[in-house]
Amino acid sequence: MTEAADRQMRLAAGGLALLLVTGFLGGAFATLLGVGGEAPPLRALASDPYLRGVVGFTLLQASLSALLSVAGAVPLALALHRTRFPGRFLVLRIFLLPQALPVLVGALAIVTVWGRNGIVSDILAATGLPRLDLYGLPGILIAHVFFNLPLAARLMTARLDEVPAESWKLAAQLGLPPLSLFRIVEWPALRLAIPAAVSLVFMLCVTSFTLVLVLGGGPGATTLEVEIYQALHFDFDPPRAIALALAQIGLTAAVLAISLMLGGAPTGGFTLGAQARRYDRGTGLSRLLDGGVLLLALLFILSPFAAILIDGLRADLMRLAVDPVLGRAALTSLAVGLAAATLSLVLALSILMATTRLRRPSSRRRSAAKRIRRLLASAGDIAAGLVLVVPPIVVGAGWFLALRGVADVFAIAPLLVVATNAVMALPFLLHIVGPPLAAADRRNDRLARSLGLTGFARLRHVEWPEIRSPVGLGFAFAMALSLGDLGAIALFGSQDFITLPFLLYERMGSYRTRDAAGLALILGLICLALMVLAERGLRRPEPSR
Amino acid sequence: MRIAPLVRFALAGAALALAGPATAAEGSKPVLTVYTYESFVPEWGPGPKIETAFEAECGCDLQFVGLEDGVAILNRLKLEGASTKADVVLGLTTDLVPEAKATGFFADSGVDLKPLTIPGGYADPVFVPYDYSYLAFVYDTETVKNPPRSLDDLVEGDPNEKIAIEDARTSTPGLGLLLWMKSVYGDEADEKWERLSRRILTVTPGWSEAYGLFTKGEVPIVLSYTTSPAYHMIEEKTERYQAAAFTEGHYLQIEVAGRLNSADHPALAQRFLQFMLTPQAQDVIPTTNWSLPAARTASSLPEAFSKLVKVETPLSIDPETVARNRRAWTQEWLTAVGK
Repeated sequence: MTEAADRQMRLAAGGLALLLVTGFLGGAFATLLGVGGEAPPLRALASDPYLRGVVGFTLLQASLSALLSVAGAVPLALALHRTRFPGRFLVLRIFLLPQALPVLVGALAIVTVWGRNGIVSDILAATGLPRLDLYGLPGILIAHVFFNLPLAARLMTARLDEVPAESWKLAAQLGLPPLSLFRIVEWPALRLAIPAAVSLVFMLCVTSFTLVLVLGGGPGATTLEVEIYQALHFDFDPPRAIALALAQIGLTAAVLAISLMLGGAPTGGFTLGAQARRYDRGTGLSRLLDGGVLLLALLFILSPFAAILIDGLRADLMRLAVDPVLGRAALTSLAVGLAAATLSLVLALSILMATTRLRRPSSRRRSAAKRIRRLLASAGDIAAGLVLVVPPIVVGAGWFLALRGVADVFAIAPLLVVATNAVMALPFLLHIVGPPLAAADRRNDRLARSLGLTGFARLRHVEWPEIRSPVGLGFAFAMALSLGDLGAIALFGSQDFITLPFLLYERMGSYRTRDAAGLALILGLICLALMVLAERGLRRPEPSR
Repeated sequence: MRIAPLVRFALAGAALALAGPATAAEGSKPVLTVYTYESFVPEWGPGPKIETAFEAECGCDLQFVGLEDGVAILNRLKLEGASTKADVVLGLTTDLVPEAKATGFFADSGVDLKPLTIPGGYADPVFVPYDYSYLAFVYDTETVKNPPRSLDDLVEGDPNEKIAIEDARTSTPGLGLLLWMKSVYGDEADEKWERLSRRILTVTPGWSEAYGLFTKGEVPIVLSYTTSPAYHMIEEKTERYQAAAFTEGHYLQIEVAGRLNSADHPALAQRFLQFMLTPQAQDVIPTTNWSLPAARTASSLPEAFSKLVKVETPLSIDPETVARNRRAWTQEWLTAVGK
């Protein structure tokens, strides 16, 4: 294969993957529009004062959540990177767990810690202080920071891990004090991850639904996603649902474009915490500060998990574990998760192959053309990220309508769940695998070209060894996301298609809260095990000395 | 290079996931498919017992498909249109009946409703009630020493004693409370909601979230049903959770079933609807669906049911009126509570 053919293949694969994703999402909208028979009432919605309030609140809570999560993640990432402590490996994995938890489980865990009768309130009351009032904007923000601060911190530690070992050595030889080290080495690396972290968290919070309703204290706290659900579920009004969904996507795209202009391309990623060795010892004061940050952050992040653990242990775990229904649900969940993660990985790698090729520096081109190609690559990143704000209920309903005549509805249900989950995991995979792939490409491009390596041979021998660990992490994360997802399944329930979160909600819905707590623990442990296994299994072999 | 086994594992998993739902054909028996809500189906729900009993006499294969709730069932029908596999739908509340009829999917039941013992009676050519329940505020006796004795008590009570309710936009009990307030207070409902909102800790999207907060001890009073304490007394052997009896009466929620005119086995579907009113089927309802039987049971109800709140004044608003006004009333509710 020639170099040109290699380029074409990469671009074609990436283009095809993007086309599939947009086709999948766009097709759903088109079908729903077709059945509604009328244009989405965009103008009418824009002039509705109530909806304008909802939009305002949606953007407000999402912006605040994103800013708080990222502001908290900066000191945490620094402290995590500077400090070694027992359990650090596990902590970094637990940081990805909130994303994989069914939202209701997370919400109840937060109430256990921060609620009126939660642990913090009990401590306050014991010292004669008033109990916390969680419900309202504060509750929403606490929950969103719990779900997203760890994610942002991991995006940032990954950037710190990419700092070459030479920089740390040099800094140590020069005897840089902590502040200078921060200014010269750490901050420039961190800064790169901030736009990615802000935009990712923002998108995740825009679509918040259960958390906003449960912790928002009343219908005054309502997001567009709630309105979309109501329009499609309670009112069965597809044109309105589509108009609201389009508004949600458009608004998010606008905010992202602004953040892109301010902060550069939204690519950041996590790697594995297998970092270059640091030689700086810090001063007594800086170590004390880092220790304080770590203690507070870990208390904040781990306490809801402790609540889930304690609640779960109170359940009759033995009975649950031997229940054949649980076994079947776990198998179905794992199968769906595997399929979704595989599909998502294939899509992500195809897109990344194309965008890294577009970003690859080439001496022969004019700079204008270069800029266009980079812009194209960034647009690809944004477009892929936007799938996070496409409501799954709209996608599910659309495809259900499209396929009902041609296929067995019970048979398409699992297919749709797999496809929806795969697409929803895509932005995370791009963030996890993208940066290391780009780095590998930059480092090895000349060598690979001089050896005439192209196509799959190049992928296998050049890129794969460097991205296998992030691929493992990304794969496990995508699987965990899918394992905790209920979204698409509620619409397609059928007696043979039962997943773990479905089982959990079913028990919550029939007074069996204790069983549900046990299931939440089991689900969390499965996700954690997956992440540890995948990262261990695909870790790069240590170079032999 | 260890990607190959990973991919192989994943593909095998995918194949398994996709092959899973293929339904095993049980000989040549006709299959009767019933769409219902998800808590009807599991081993502790009414589903399995109803299935065993009906299959013993019908020579058919009864299959339940569990969906989120009554609204989800109706949406699923709208999405599937004529291609639906459902023969029977079980689990709509009467509030949904006008909307269900408007779809034109339902056929007359042909069922004799004489066995019904529902308070106030029920007559409809299309839908067959199979159980009912009353909305109620359930409280924790360990923290609530003076439970409210009326809706007025609740509205005017101590703002520091919090309640959790469900959202009228997204849940059946949430809409039920809106109607309950409307039937008691009429045009003054919005003012009363404003008063009540001082006591509302939070408004959850569904029953599960609110009841979860309640059993967690986060909130001492929750909107649920008069039958909820029966679950705790029978399954958990505790009388800690009780429903408050309100002097104005309680809102009545009737659950109905109907058969589709696209049913593959119309006669079988009719037989199933009729079966739901037999004492044999009604016996199953109370301790599995935690609601009250719509017709005579074969054996008397468990003792715990005699300790439940006895409702003297069932309240209800005619479903047609609800259908006409739901949007406006929901908006009014939003304005009053959303402040």
